[in-house]
Amino acid sequence: MIDALQYEFMRNALLAAILVSIACGIVGTLVIVRRLVFISGGIAHAAFGGIGLGYLIGVNPVITAMPFSIAAALLIGVISRKTRISEDAAIGILWALGMALGILFIGIAPGYAPDLFSYLFGSILTVPFSDIALMLALDLIIISVVMLLFKEFQAISFDEEFSEIRGIPVRSLYLLLLCMIGLSIIILIRVVGIVLVIALLTIPSTIARQFVNRLKPLMLSSIICAVILTVAGLFLSYHLNLPSGALIVLLLGAVFFLTFLLKKLIIVKTKF
Amino acid sequence: MRSANPTIVALSHVYFSYGRAPVLEDVSITVEPRDFLSIIGPNGGGKTTILKLILGLLKPDQGEVSVFGKNPRHARKIVGYLPQLFSFDFTFPITVMEVILMGRLGKRRIGNNFDPRDIEIARYWLERVGLDAYHDQPVGELSGGQRQRVFIARALATEPGLLLLDEPVASVDATWQQNFFDLLHELNRELAIVMVTHDISAVANYIDKIACVNKRLYYHGSKKEGMAKIAEMYECPVQLLAHEPMKHLDHD
Repeated sequence: MIDALQYEFMRNALLAAILVSIACGIVGTLVIVRRLVFISGGIAHAAFGGIGLGYLIGVNPVITAMPFSIAAALLIGVISRKTRISEDAAIGILWALGMALGILFIGIAPGYAPDLFSYLFGSILTVPFSDIALMLALDLIIISVVMLLFKEFQAISFDEEFSEIRGIPVRSLYLLLLCMIGLSIIILIRVVGIVLVIALLTIPSTIARQFVNRLKPLMLSSIICAVILTVAGLFLSYHLNLPSGALIVLLLGAVFFLTFLLKKLIIVKTKF
Repeated sequence: MRSANPTIVALSHVYFSYGRAPVLEDVSITVEPRDFLSIIGPNGGGKTTILKLILGLLKPDQGEVSVFGKNPRHARKIVGYLPQLFSFDFTFPITVMEVILMGRLGKRRIGNNFDPRDIEIARYWLERVGLDAYHDQPVGELSGGQRQRVFIARALATEPGLLLLDEPVASVDATWQQNFFDLLHELNRELAIVMVTHDISAVANYIDKIACVNKRLYYHGSKKEGMAKIAEMYECPVQLLAHEPMKHLDHD
């Protein structure tokens, strides 16, 4: 395991795994407690339009995906609050439109689209250092915003009506929360890809949720859980020469089922 | 702030509907300082809607709502509110103290931490509702009655000038019910209380005014005269209500 780290791509991959875990531990926790999983899926797929645009204009697709994921986050939030269109319809529309735009852009772009697959399903072993720097910057934004507004995010997620009565700008904070999801999706794209993003946003926090019942500790334990499992997936992928994104997700899924059974076992044992 | 118009809440000729279904028609209710008003009526009769109009969460289709002489949206920071708890997601990870501290939100700029005074006030109400031992417990792990007490503490931590309670008797545990009414009685010396309930018998001893609402306002005034009206509106067991004024006299 240590000798693998003499390669730069392995060191980058390890850094990427940690940075990804921070984002999905913090934002993923808010996603599962506020039940924003489907919204997150919509934002992620809408971001594919930006990936396509990157190919078309010859810019790093991770950068062009960012305005798309933020726009999708804001649009879903605004459409579902301000119009009579339901939230899940808004999600479905933007989900498909983003994908269609991406495919169209890639179709117009000259030549063949190399490593398109890695944006869809992730490839942690090929993350360049420039993307690591971007992920670090986005992580810092997420950490500072959530630390600054922790009690407000907790309050609007638990009881929006009471928060509004207390004079908290509930709608703006909700949109900001959706933008944090948009940013964490950008961080996650390189590692697990657009299609599998939802796994890292939900599984680590859901595993931790079975054992932790307070919000801040839940974020921390989700981060730890994500670090362990993405790093393990990374080394498995390196040694077995299997697709990293899929392996990480399958590992997360396996551990989820194991802990689920373990929890059941604990409950049964304490009862007798 | 309250001098120009001593009336705390004034609904005048309020109409409200969700879409096409009318919920309230020509409802006028006033709450004066130190009133203890109970809004009663059948389920779906518009009782909760009245509270939401007072809080400025809903706007009337017609008519006026003013709270402390102002637009409800501008007065709601000094209104304490206990919502019904059945629609809450109690799997949500939030501790008892964190819920009570929600009552201190909006007292200072967003993003600023709670200051020692906020913590002190939250602790005071935590103790008043007898849940000191549970301060760090996730609220979902409490019993229904204990949860209700947490939400009452949250409403009071706002230091309200008006307290709105939506069906508070529904899940208050029997052992704490007396404490709860004593607490309300004590608070009523300083602030007006509006309590929505479909079960008048449990609270009849404590209230002094009644508003009977079932889409329209059937009665609004003192408790004594209201009892007959209630019986009429509910077509309910009058014997249940008939003895209440007596009890009230005993109590005083």
